[in-house]
Amino acid sequence: MLEAVIFYVFALAAVVLGIIVVTRRNPIASAIALVGTFFFLAGMYAMLDAHFVAVIQLLVYAGAIMVLFIFVMMLLNLREMGEGMVADIAGATTRGILGLSAVGLVGIGIYVGLQGVAGRKLGVAAEGTGTIEAVGRALFGGSYLLPFEIASALLTVAMIGAVVIAKREI
Amino acid sequence: MSAAMVLDNPWLRGLVIGGGVLGVVLGIVAYAIWFERKFTGLMHQRPGPNVVGWAGLLQPIADVLKLFQKDDRLPAAVDRPLFVLAPVLMLAATMMALAVVPWGWGVVVADLHIGVLFALSITSLAAIPIWMAGWASNNKYALLGGMRAAAQAISYEVPLLLSVTVPVVLAGSFRLGDIVAAQAGGRWFALWPPGPGFFAFVLFYLSSLAEANRIPFDIPEAESELVGGITTEYGGMKFALFYLGEYLHTVVASAIASAAFLGGSDMGPLGDGLHWMLLKTLLLTASVIFVRWSWLRLRADQLMALCWTVFVPGGLVLVMASALWVHLT
Repeated sequence: MLEAVIFYVFALAAVVLGIIVVTRRNPIASAIALVGTFFFLAGMYAMLDAHFVAVIQLLVYAGAIMVLFIFVMMLLNLREMGEGMVADIAGATTRGILGLSAVGLVGIGIYVGLQGVAGRKLGVAAEGTGTIEAVGRALFGGSYLLPFEIASALLTVAMIGAVVIAKREI
Repeated sequence: MSAAMVLDNPWLRGLVIGGGVLGVVLGIVAYAIWFERKFTGLMHQRPGPNVVGWAGLLQPIADVLKLFQKDDRLPAAVDRPLFVLAPVLMLAATMMALAVVPWGWGVVVADLHIGVLFALSITSLAAIPIWMAGWASNNKYALLGGMRAAAQAISYEVPLLLSVTVPVVLAGSFRLGDIVAAQAGGRWFALWPPGPGFFAFVLFYLSSLAEANRIPFDIPEAESELVGGITTEYGGMKFALFYLGEYLHTVVASAIASAAFLGGSDMGPLGDGLHWMLLKTLLLTASVIFVRWSWLRLRADQLMALCWTVFVPGGLVLVMASALWVHLT
């Protein structure tokens, strides 16, 4: 009962903030609403026992990626990104067509996805599927080891790059 | 309803223990502010607060009462919703990290199996409200402070996570309760194994100073350059919430450091108990205050260079060393 209440609070908050993300003209307000959406999504992951995904959602999306978004926005000239910006890109008709086709694409995606699982019996995931141990075993013990190592090599290269760039300026 | 029934119901248990922990920690924070002022007085050779109560002990209460009576002003040019939300969110983000701290004697609000990650991700999230405050203030000093806070937070998050990976690797668990249990009998990770644990503790301590915006890493509010940084436009209770959030961050980081590196509630031959955990947390908090009056503030570029050229490579080496230790023993 209480869990259902919490779920609806989180779901409502995520949806409302998601609407704010697309309706605000001000990119900063959108970005901050997006952080809120990520936060409530993380809460829903946690309620689904996917604790690791929930924390990574907070750490990576709400934390690191949003701060990067904010930096990029601040590096752009915000005054030029004011009220008239959206209207300057395209006319009302073009915008309408683009928006509707985006909605249509997402709708097709959801439809195809639902067709894929239609009629199949959806079981409850086994206890502990989303724990850090289970994710670790899947990453290091299963067939995901090579992609994981390649991704970590890529991140290490990026980190070394950051060190080199920082060092040159001393 | 008996006490056992309360403790059996997870919701009530969370509410009771959570409320208790929060109350005690906020009390500690109020007196950390008193201690800081008194200690500052000592280092400046002046008495510090000494009027309200014995040795000024009632000063924090008087301060809060005064702040509550202040006019809740809203500057005209601010972005109202963000401006009002920022201090509340900043404090809330910091408070949430308290949930996973094991205080000893089974006092823990929620010993999550991702405890360490949860605490660090939620406290690093406090950077966003700080940046929000800087932006919503519509003030160039506040915005500069906010940008510095954001840059500092994402940079120092990396060594912070790397340093805390060392006890995680050594204990084989992300649960703070397990990490404390693995240090039972005085085998604190800061002391044993010699090397990685101690340096990881130092790294964690310094990175936490940066995350909590404390001197020598307090460039987001550097009063000599930025007036008051993000807090420039804030006054009354809203300012107090930022102040409280910053101190709370220090106390929370001290508590996590005590649990992850200094054995938590364990005191070797002297036994085990909540009082030891509190003592360690308070000593670490006091040391942060000592650092404040002993070192100068770094420049923004020095801060970034220190992070990326010393802390991050050092943290990687420490993680590898601890993994090697676990592999060999």
